[in-house]
Parts: sequence; C-alpha cells; structure tokens
Amino acid sequence: MKISAFHLMPHRELPDDFEKRYHSVWVTPPWWELADARRVGQYYNWTLDELLYAARAGFDGVCTNEHHQNAYGFMPSPNLMGSVLAKLTNGTNVAIVQMGATLPTSNPPIRVAEEYAMLDCISGGRLVAGLPLGSPMDVNLCYGITPMEHRERYREAFALTLKAWQAREIFAWNGRYYQLANVNLWPRPIQEPHPPVWVPGSGSISTFDFAVENDVCYCFLSYSGARSARTMMQGYWQVVSEKGRDANPYRAGFLQLVAVAETDARAEEKYAQHVEYFYHKCLHVPAIWFSPPGNQDYRSLVAAVANPVRRAENPKGLRYRDFVEKGYVIAGSPATVRDRLREEVIQGLRVGNLMVLLQIGSMPHELTLENIDLFAREVLPHLRDAWDDGGWVNHWWPERLRASATPRVVAGVSTSQA
Amino acid sequence: MRREQTYAVWQGQVRMRVLSKGSGPAVVFFHGPWGLTWDPFLDELARSFTVFAPEHPGTTPDAADDIYHLDGLWDLVLCYDELLEALGLESAAFVGHSFGAMVACEVAAAYPQRAHHLTLIAPVGFWRDSDPVVNWMVLDPDRLPAHIFGDPDGDAARRIFGPSEPQDAVTAARVRLMWAMGATGKFIWPIPDKGLKKRIHRVKAPTLLVWGKEDRLVPSIYADEFVRRIPGAQVQSVDHCGHAPHLEQPDTVARMVREFFRS
Repeated sequence: MKISAFHLMPHRELPDDFEKRYHSVWVTPPWWELADARRVGQYYNWTLDELLYAARAGFDGVCTNEHHQNAYGFMPSPNLMGSVLAKLTNGTNVAIVQMGATLPTSNPPIRVAEEYAMLDCISGGRLVAGLPLGSPMDVNLCYGITPMEHRERYREAFALTLKAWQAREIFAWNGRYYQLANVNLWPRPIQEPHPPVWVPGSGSISTFDFAVENDVCYCFLSYSGARSARTMMQGYWQVVSEKGRDANPYRAGFLQLVAVAETDARAEEKYAQHVEYFYHKCLHVPAIWFSPPGNQDYRSLVAAVANPVRRAENPKGLRYRDFVEKGYVIAGSPATVRDRLREEVIQGLRVGNLMVLLQIGSMPHELTLENIDLFAREVLPHLRDAWDDGGWVNHWWPERLRASATPRVVAGVSTSQA
Repeated sequence: MRREQTYAVWQGQVRMRVLSKGSGPAVVFFHGPWGLTWDPFLDELARSFTVFAPEHPGTTPDAADDIYHLDGLWDLVLCYDELLEALGLESAAFVGHSFGAMVACEVAAAYPQRAHHLTLIAPVGFWRDSDPVVNWMVLDPDRLPAHIFGDPDGDAARRIFGPSEPQDAVTAARVRLMWAMGATGKFIWPIPDKGLKKRIHRVKAPTLLVWGKEDRLVPSIYADEFVRRIPGAQVQSVDHCGHAPHLEQPDTVARMVREFFRS
C-alpha cells in the first residue's frame, strides 16, 4: 500500500457569505476583492511546509496538482511546487507525485515531458507522473480550449509525451493538434522506460478505457467518498477484467478527505467548520461547468444524461455529520479512520495507491500539522500492509521506492515564511 | 409534404441530413446552436420557396461522431460547398440563425456565387469588448430558454427544448441539445470571432439582418458590424422576442424574408 499526502492549496479565508455573494469559486471569483498577494504567499509557504511535514512524518508520497483562476486550489504550476519538494526531500524515500501538469493547457505539451524529466532528475528518480486531462473549468473556460477538442488534444499529447521520454532517435511529430519537426528531449527522466504514469479521472467511462488500454494507474478523484464511488470503481475493474489486465490493486488510486483527532467527538469540534467550508465554498461551481457541451464524447454524454453521477445531492444542503456519515469525509478517532479507510476505500474500491487530503478548506496551518501528525502516527502504519498478502507489485510507483516504508524522520519541523 | 435525405460529404465521412419542403426558388436554412427543428417559420417560407434545411455535421441522428472529421471553420465551409453541390444548388438564397448565420455568411464570402440573397438572423461572428456575446454553452441548460426567448414558456421554447415529460423524451431532448451546442461550439469557442472580419468583404449578395429587440445573447448593436462591411445591408428589428425572432414571430420574420428575397 502506498499512501500519499495530497494538497489543493486553497484560499483559507473566504468570507462567510462567499457562496451567496459570488457566482463561482472557479473562473470568475474577483481576485481584488477576495485575495491579497502577501497573504497568498503565506498560503503557498504553508502548503509547502505541510507537504514537507508529511514527507518527514512517514508518508510515501506528496501530491500537487494544477488548477487555474480559482480559490479552490490555485497551483497554476504544480511543477514549481514539485520542484521545491523534490529538492527538499532528497535523501528520503518519498515520491514526488505530480497529479499533475495538464497536457492540453501546455503548449507544446512536451513542456510537461521536459519539466517532469527535470523533476525526475532533481529527485533522483522519485517522480510519479500524473497526466491529467484537466478540469473543464481550467482547460475550456480559463485556457480557451474548445470542449470538443479537449480529449483529442489530451490523447495526442499523451502519446507524444510517452514517445518523447523514450525515443532513442530524434523524431518528427506530425499530429493533428501539435506539429514538432525535431523532438529531442533534454533532459530525459532517470526512470526507465519512463516514470510511472497516473491518470486521474472523475468517472468518465472513456477515461476507464483509456487508462486500461495504456496500462496506467487510474485515480478516481472524488469528493463524494468511497460509498458513492463504488459503482464507478466497479465499472473500472470490469473494464480492467474485460481487457485482460490483472486485478492488481495498484492499478487504482483514490483521493479521500481525512480528518483525525483523539476521539470522534474531538474530530467534530476541530474539523466541522473546515469541512463545511470546503463543501460549501470551495466546490461552489455551476454544475454545467463540469461538463460543457462537447467536453464529453457522445457515448459518455448519453450515459451521463440518462444516469447522472452528479445528480447526487447538493452538498450545500449537508452539514459535517452528513459528510462524515456518507463518507465524503472520513473523520474521527484513529481507530475510526483506519477502519473506515480499510473497509470502504482500500478493500471496498480495491485501491493500492491511496491519496489523502489532510488540509481541508479553511483548516489553519497548525491544525493541519496536527492532522498530518496523527494520521502518520496512528493510521498510516496500520494500513501499509493492506495488500502485502497478494504479492502484487506496484508497477505504478518509482522502482527504487517500491519496497521501502518511509522511516519517520522528524516530527514538528516546520519552516515558516521568511 | 416534407422530405428528407441524407448526403454523405467529405469523402463519405460526414453525413448531413437535409429536410426540405415546398416548391419554387431555393432557400437554404442554416440552423443555430440548438439544432434543427422543423418549425412554423420554415413552413411559412415553404409556401413560397423550396426550403432546404441541412443539419450541422454531428447533429444528424446516428452520425454524432462525424463531427470529429472536421478540424475547423475552413473544413466546415468546404463541407457546405460539397453539400450544395450534392443538392444541385449552384446559387440559392441563404437564411441563417445565430451560429448558422455566421456559417451562411462564411459560405457566402468563400463562394460569392453560391448565395444570391442572404438573410442573417441574430448572427454571431464579431466581438466587441464593450458588448460581449454571451457564451450560451456555459449557462445552466435549464435556464437557457430565459436567455434565448422573450417568452421562455412559449411554444417556440418548447419546440427547441422538448417536452417536460415523459423521462425518455426529456433525456433524448437534453442529449440532442447538448450535442448540438458542442458540435456547433467547436467552431466558435471561446469567442465567436473567427476571422469573418477578414473575409466578409467578399460577400456580394444583398443582405438583410433581422434582430430581436430583446436579444440577451447577441446584442443587436452587432448589426452595425455587418452593415458597415456589407454595402447596402438592411436591418429589421422584431418586437417581443429575443435571440430567436424567427421562432417567436414566425409570420413576421417569414414576411420580412419573403419580401426581401423578392425585392
């Protein structure tokens, strides 16, 4: 089992009436009314400190991701963050999990291949190369890519990236969307034939097919918890089986929000307001922006309209106890958290690469460190052997880190902003 | 009686169904971003003309993926040239609505001899920072009628957006609507200014612009952009309707078109 700490880098101090006053947390929130660059600098430094803290506390990997024009999570360049993390975790066995740079918004997309190769070189071969399609808000609404071309561009860029890492000869790429006469990547990654590839998705059936055909780790990024993901992940495992791949649990990744405290009651006291902030404010986006016309292919559109995943309840009507009860957030004492993670997520969805989001919404820095610390001490060690019996190999993890359980080196180290 | 026939253009890769009705001089209707629905406006035109109404690539039933064979506006314009060839129409009057009006104008600019008259109903194709065209693809689909129509609960709205029951019909209508917006939006995302300003001077056809007075998507100020580029272009405004005046006031708009084409 590999367990990584995920971070969104959200705005932590949105006004109480944010979701009533503003149309959306994404694309259109007015910077000048809502943010201050110096304060945001503090958020970035907290984010890096929190991920480094997790790295030193015993997590297997640290995850960053790319989003644009929003207060939900604004690392427009995850590789800037990943670069800091790669340097400062040298000498450890922590993977740098970029979840990641978005191919269709990088032009030409070999920029991602180059930067990932840099990260792999800097980190000594500890990179996990997440190659996300990118959210429609980022790719279509903020970066102007035509919804109907989004997936085609992604697939072309994906193939180009894999070839650029591996080709022994300089090659010409005469694609539909990208034309490059001399592809000759400098540098190349340390890991051969290339760093492990993860493809995050949100349940689109065409992405299942793509992930299985390309033999990558499919990561379901959901905020609705494992219970509502169960049907979706069963669909994924069915495709895995139909296409003749083995049922290796490391083919699957899952992101889960987690909040640990001394007891279940203490968890509610400490985390309720931050969980509600996350679901009420950070996910305040018009539904249509998640799938503007043309973004889904016709088959997925028909499936989605006939049986919409997102017809799920409006989280704005739910409170902390609902989120916990439904499994959107797994929160409580260490025992509660590890039992639910094992049963609902790891076994329930057959997940070998678990990501946990431990800084949730408005959660302040010190509380985040407490959450990370408790998770690392009281939860993580109990889950690590979850798949050891099956003899599965995690082909989707940097080879030199596969065997190692990261030793817990330091606790309580935090470098605050200069 | 209404006829329909599907033509395979683009080396057989793009199938376009064409609905037609009437007799007399040919009128080609280029539908808007919400797909083709045969409506009273087309019926009214068919009393005086032979109306040909093609479905935009990808919106013909069972041919959804054909849209992936077209990479851009140049491909689309060439497709229409092939379709007009297949229909045996060397020259016709064009009527277009919204996105379809932009396409009609592009075809008339590329092949000036193909259009002898041009009617553009609330066309897109230009951009002014001071009067942005609303991107209907990012609006809540349930609230689209209120953006498009003067009367969002009227017959015209129901015709485009389909019935409110049974569930199967609602689902089919939503799929059709979303796919039509996606397949047309492919050529105008994210700003519907794709260079018409460089090409419109080639239009030779006498041109009529029709705009609803309450257009909330494409402000009627855009009529100026067309008028100053097409010599002699006329503008007619229609009361009590929004972005689809031909659907809300079919008799009025059909009369304007008929009189213009006969002038």
